[in-house]
Amino acid sequence: MSPHVHSGDSVGKNMYGVLIALIPALLCSFIFFGLGAIEVTLVSVASCVFFEWAINKYMLKNPQSTVCDGSAILTGVLLAFNLPSNLPLWIVILGALFAIGVVKMTFGGIGCNLFNPALAGRAFLLISFPVQMTTWPKPTLGFTTIADAAIDGHTGATPLALMQQAVKTGDASLLNDLPTSFEMLIGKTGGAMGEVCAIAILIGLIYMLVRRIITWHIPVSILATVAVCSGLLNWANPMYAPPVVQLASGGLMLGAVFMATDYVTSPMSKKGQIVYGVAIGFLTIVIRTWGAYPEGMSFAILIMNAFTPLINNYFKPKRFGEVKK
Amino acid sequence: MNVILIAVIVLGAVGLIAALVLFFTAKKFAVKEDPRIGLVNEALPGANCGGCGFPGCGGMAAACVKAADAGSLEGLNCPVGGQPCMEKVAAILGMKVEASAPKLAVVRCNGTCENRPRLVQYDGAKTCRIANTTCMGETACAYGCLGCGDCVAACQFDAIKMNPETGLPEVDTAKCTACGACAKACPRNIIEVREMKAAKKMGVVVECMNKDKGAVAMKACKVACIGCMKCQKVCEFDAVHVENNLAYIDPEKCRLCRKCEDECPKLTIHAINMPPRKPKPAAEQPAAQKAATAEAVAPAAPAKPEAEQ
Amino acid sequence: MSAAEPIKVAELPKVAVFPMGQHIGAPAKPIVKKGDKVKVGTMIAEAGGFVSAPIFSSVSGTVLKVDTVVDASGYAKPAVYITVEGDEWEESIDRSSDLVTLKERPELTDKDIVEKIKNAGVVGMGGACFPTHVKLSPPPGSKPEWIIINAVECEPYLTADHRLMLEHADEILVGVTLLMKAMNVNKAYIGIENNKPDAIQLLTSKATQYAQNGNIEIVPLKVKYPQGGEKQLIDAVVGRQVPAPPALPVSVGAILQNVGTAYAVYEAVMKNKPLFERIVTVTGKSLAHPSNFLVRMGTPMSQLIDACGGLPEDTGKLIGGGPMMGKALVNTEVPICKGSSGVLIMNEQESKRAEAQPCIRCAKCVNACPMGLEPYLLSKLSAMQEWERAEAEDIVSCIECGSCQFTCPSHRPLLDYVRMGKSTVMGIIRARQAKN
Repeated sequence: MSPHVHSGDSVGKNMYGVLIALIPALLCSFIFFGLGAIEVTLVSVASCVFFEWAINKYMLKNPQSTVCDGSAILTGVLLAFNLPSNLPLWIVILGALFAIGVVKMTFGGIGCNLFNPALAGRAFLLISFPVQMTTWPKPTLGFTTIADAAIDGHTGATPLALMQQAVKTGDASLLNDLPTSFEMLIGKTGGAMGEVCAIAILIGLIYMLVRRIITWHIPVSILATVAVCSGLLNWANPMYAPPVVQLASGGLMLGAVFMATDYVTSPMSKKGQIVYGVAIGFLTIVIRTWGAYPEGMSFAILIMNAFTPLINNYFKPKRFGEVKK
Repeated sequence: MNVILIAVIVLGAVGLIAALVLFFTAKKFAVKEDPRIGLVNEALPGANCGGCGFPGCGGMAAACVKAADAGSLEGLNCPVGGQPCMEKVAAILGMKVEASAPKLAVVRCNGTCENRPRLVQYDGAKTCRIANTTCMGETACAYGCLGCGDCVAACQFDAIKMNPETGLPEVDTAKCTACGACAKACPRNIIEVREMKAAKKMGVVVECMNKDKGAVAMKACKVACIGCMKCQKVCEFDAVHVENNLAYIDPEKCRLCRKCEDECPKLTIHAINMPPRKPKPAAEQPAAQKAATAEAVAPAAPAKPEAEQ
Repeated sequence: MSAAEPIKVAELPKVAVFPMGQHIGAPAKPIVKKGDKVKVGTMIAEAGGFVSAPIFSSVSGTVLKVDTVVDASGYAKPAVYITVEGDEWEESIDRSSDLVTLKERPELTDKDIVEKIKNAGVVGMGGACFPTHVKLSPPPGSKPEWIIINAVECEPYLTADHRLMLEHADEILVGVTLLMKAMNVNKAYIGIENNKPDAIQLLTSKATQYAQNGNIEIVPLKVKYPQGGEKQLIDAVVGRQVPAPPALPVSVGAILQNVGTAYAVYEAVMKNKPLFERIVTVTGKSLAHPSNFLVRMGTPMSQLIDACGGLPEDTGKLIGGGPMMGKALVNTEVPICKGSSGVLIMNEQESKRAEAQPCIRCAKCVNACPMGLEPYLLSKLSAMQEWERAEAEDIVSCIECGSCQFTCPSHRPLLDYVRMGKSTVMGIIRARQAKN
C-alpha cells in the first residue's frame, strides 16, 4: 500500500522533543526552588508513568503499551511545573493519579482525552487543597530544602495575587509592590515551579517551533490577545496591570507554550487554533481580573479544551479550490 | 434564619415553576405511540443488531405491529431470538407464525495457511475492505478469505473468531444467530447465511469461492474447488450445481447424504454440525436425525474434515 | 539516484504480455487470436469505448495466447501474450531520428492531431493513464487557455521524465506545439522543479526555436511534494485553483499533459508511431546499477531488474511507480504498461511499516494535506463507514498523494482508509447520479 515511505516521525519523537524543550524551564525551577523542585518533579513523573503502565496493563489489558512514547513522562513534568515546590509529596501522587487515571485513561488513553491531563490534575488539586496549592515558596538562588522553606516561612503572595488585590481595592499603588519586569522574566517571583521563568519557556518555544513540533498559531494568538486585552484595560484604568506584567506573570507563558499546544486537546485546523488561542487569552484576562482565583490560565485552557470538538467542527481548513462565498 | 428561609423559598419556587413547565410540555408534546410497540420491543432480544433488516429492535417492533394490523407477520423474523421470540411477539399481537428453518453463518473458504501458501505480505490497514481493493490478497486466490477479520469485528454476539493457526474465521455455531452482519462485512461474500437442517443446524457446504479454472485454482490452494463436476454427478437430489468452475449446494434441496463430501477430490465439501464419519458412513437423513439426538457433544466449530491428512 | 544515467535501450523480451486494462476507462478489446502474426506497431486490441485506448504490439512475433496476467493492480486481468520473433516493424512507422517540426507539416489540422493521438493509443504517461484524446476533447462550453506541461517528476526516486527532457528536448517542444495547435491555444507553460537546473536551462534555450513570440514558457517551480499533482501544478504555474470534483482542470482554462505524453504525441503525429515504448526508471537503494531504460511495453519487470544487476537479496518490496503513490507488486513478472514510470526496489528495512498507534491529534496530517482536507477525520469516517459525513467533508477531493500518511507520527494507515472511503463515496455519488 502506498505511500511506501515514511517521514520517520513518531509519537515518541514529538513527546521527547517537547521534553527537551522543557529542559531550560526545568533547570530554572531546580535553581530557584532547589531540592524540593527536583523531588516534586521526580515523584510526579514516576507516579504518572506508573499509573499509566498499571492501568494499561491491569485495567485496560491493552497489549500495546503506550508508556514508552513519553506522553506520561510529559504529563508528569507538566503537572510538576504547575505545582509549588513545597507541596507534600502525597498530594503530588494524588494529582498524578487524577491526571492519568481519571482524565487520560478513562477516556481511552493517549489521543482520546478531552482535557489536558496535567492541567486537569492541577485544577483538581487546586480545588481540593487550596491552601497547600497556593502557598508558594519564594525562589532563592541556591539550594534549599522543603524543610528550610517551611521553617523560614518563605511564603509570599504572587504577583497575580497582588494584581487582583489591586483591582478589588481599586488601589493602583499596590502594583508598585510588583517585582520588576526583569525579575519576572528571569523568574525571581513566587509561583509554581515551572511557570516562573518566562525566558526559559520562550527558549523552549523557539526550540519546538524550529523542530516543527508545534506551529506558532496557538502560543502567538494567546500571547497577543492577552497583551491587547490587558493593554486596553491598563490604558483605561492604571489599576489594571500592564501587559508586560500580565504576560510574564503566573502560568501564562507556560500555559500558552506547553499547555494549550497539547496535541490532543487543541483544535486541528489553523483557523481553529487561532480562535482557540484568542479565546484562551481573553478568558485568562477575564478570570484574572474579575474572577475568584488570581490565576486564570489553567481554567481558561480547560474551558477551551471542552470547546475543541466544537471548534473542530466549525473551523475547517481552507479546502483547495474552494470558492469564496 | 432569614437567609435559610429565603433560600428555601427561592429554591422551592424555582422547583415548582420548573415542574409546572415540564408537566405542561410533557402533556402538550407527548408522542402517541401504539402501546403494543413497547410490548413487542420488550419481547425482542434488544441487541439492535439489525439482522432482521430494520434499524434495531425498535424498528422491528414497529414493523411487527404494522404487519399485524395488515394481517400477517410473514417475512418478519428475528434471527437472534429465533422461533421462540417470534412466537412471543405473535402472542402479543394475537397472531401465529410459521416455523422458519434455522440459519447459520458459514465461512466458505478453507484456505488455511497450510492449504494456501502465502506469496506476498499485505502491509496495509488491517481491514478486509481495504485489502480487497489493493490486491488479491496474500495468496494466489482472488476469491478466498483475506484474514483481516472484518467479520469478527462485525459480530455482535462474539460468535466468530479468527483462528490464528488457520488464518480463517470460525463460526461458533452455538452462539451464531444468523443476523448476517458478518456476511455483510465480508467484501468477498465468503460468509453465507445459510438455511440449515434440524435443530442442530446441520448442513453440507462447499467451502470455496474460487471461480478460476481448475488448473489456476489448484495452483493457488490445495483445497480449492476445481469445478470437476463429480459432486454434481453424484448428487441424487439435484442439489449440487457447478457454475463458473464452482460448486454450490442448494440448502433447500440437500438431504445431507454426504455423498458429495466423499466424492470431492479436493476435500472442499464439508459437513457442518454433523457427527464425524464412521468408517462405513451411515448416510441419509434418518441417520443424521438419529445422530442429532444421540450426539451429546456438539462440535463448537464447523466440523473440520477428518480426512485432512 | 539514476538522474545521471543516460537512457539505455532495453533488450527485447522473449514473451511480451499486454494487459488489456492499461488506462483509465473501459479495458481494450483484443482483436487478435492465438497463432496470429503481428509486427511491431500492429494493433492488438481496440478501444473499448470513448474513454479507452487501443493497444499496440511492441514486438513482432506470434500470438501465444489470450489469457490473464496478474498486473499492477494485484489481480489477474485479461491479457495478450506474444512470443517474440525477430524485430519487424510496421512499414507506416517512420523509424528515422530526423526531427519533423510543425512548420514542415502545415497541412495538419487540430482535428487531425487529436485523431492521430487517439488512434495511436496515447495515454497520460505520468501514471494515471488517462486517455489523452479525452483530455483534448474538453466538454462543450469550457474554453482552454493554456497547455501546461507537467515536467515535475511526480515522485522522488523517479528520473524518467528528467532524462527524457535532457535527451529529447526538441521532440518534446514539437509535441508541445502540436498540443497547442490541437487545442487552439496560444500559450504553453512547462513546469519544472528547481532541482533539475540542467533541464530548465536546456528547454529554456531551445523553447525560442519553436515558440512564436515566446509563447512557450518554462516555469521553474519550488521542489515540494506533491508539486506534480495536477491541481497543485496548475495553482503553482498560473495561480488558479481547480474546484472540487467533478470540476476538471479545463474549468479554470488549463489542459495538463505530462512531458512524456508530449513526447508520445510527437511520435504519434509526426512519426506515425503508436505508443508501445516508454522510458522507465529502475531504481532502489540496494540495486547495483539504477538505470533509465527505453522499454518495449509488455516486457516483464524482472528483465529490467536483471539488466540493473539483478534483484538484490534484501529486497522487501517491489513497487511499480514511485514511493508515494506507486503500487506494491505481487511478483517480478508484472509487465511494463503504458503507465509504468518506474520500478522501485525497496529493501526489507525500508519496506517495513511501523505498527499503527492511536491518533494523538497533532494536526500534522491537516497541515500536510495539499488539498486542505482533514485526513485524520476522513480516515476515521471511512473506518466507521460514515459515508455521508465523509462526502460532506470533501473526501472525493483527496488526490491520494500520501503526504498525510508520510507525515503521521503515529504511523496510522490514513491513506489506506481514505482511499477506500473515497472510492466508496464516489460509487455512491455515481449511483445517485445514475438514478436521477
